[in-house]
Amino acid sequence: MSVLFLALTVLLAVAMIGAAFVAILGKSMPIAILAAGLVSLLASVLFLLLASPDVAMTEAAIGSGLTTFLFFFILGRMRGGEHD
Amino acid sequence: MIRKFAALLILAGIAALFMELLFTYQPDPELNTTARYYADRTAADIGAANIVTAIVVTYRGLDTLGEVTVLFLAAAIVGLVLAQGRRKTAKERAVTPAGELLATGSLFLAPLIMLLGVYVFVNGHLTPGGGFQGGAIIASGMLLMLLADPLKHFSHRLIAMVEALSGMIYVAIGLLGIALAGGFLDSHILPNGELGALFSAGAIPLIYALIGLKVGAEFSAILADLSGTEEL
Repeated sequence: MSVLFLALTVLLAVAMIGAAFVAILGKSMPIAILAAGLVSLLASVLFLLLASPDVAMTEAAIGSGLTTFLFFFILGRMRGGEHD
Repeated sequence: MIRKFAALLILAGIAALFMELLFTYQPDPELNTTARYYADRTAADIGAANIVTAIVVTYRGLDTLGEVTVLFLAAAIVGLVLAQGRRKTAKERAVTPAGELLATGSLFLAPLIMLLGVYVFVNGHLTPGGGFQGGAIIASGMLLMLLADPLKHFSHRLIAMVEALSGMIYVAIGLLGIALAGGFLDSHILPNGELGALFSAGAIPLIYALIGLKVGAEFSAILADLSGTEEL
């Protein structure tokens, strides 16, 4: 395990924790959703670095793709809905 | 206050557990027995270039059937719960229209995303990815279309048909494995072919395409149910 590799994984992990805090503590809903998607995206890069591309694809497709879209869809329904 | 303290205490406990794992972690110098078996024998036995796919579809095929069943149950239960609040008619709903950028961009992107999904599950035995990933990508293409036009109506009957047919053919191929090859879901009912070719690895491309269609249809059914529901 080279130093560069270690530094990259630590950087990714720190960025994931930071994005998770933004998702929890942020006041703005769209930014929180994007930050939650970012956690998944960084996790999938981390999986790729750890030599598991299949898991990385699942994480990217479901974690950062489908659920982020789904949250935005529901957010749109909540805002556009006629019952407050 | 006490609740917050308890939560912090639990978090600290979990952190201590993970610290223990992290600092005692030693990467294995070589593969263990099972992994060695898969790494050595997959190319000759199954003929799939992607070892993960060979494990998921053939060596552990029954587990995959179970996973697909769990997903099917989840989709069915979502449909059952949301069936209470079916929308009246599309025209009675006031929706905020999607922006110009999203509406136009989705026309261009949605077919490409679908195509990527099909590519991922058709090449599941050669490159990373497979039925589950491809199905999820197809469903996110559907979701993009729904985001662009919230009133879009997907045919429930078509989705249910695709889901049921692919599931039945999947199980039928599994049963064929008992008759023609070594057991349930054995991929040797078709010849192994040349390692790395599109039509290789026996029945794996067929099975993964069916799984991709089934997973895509299940996710799409959940999304169509969510979009078609007026209130709970």
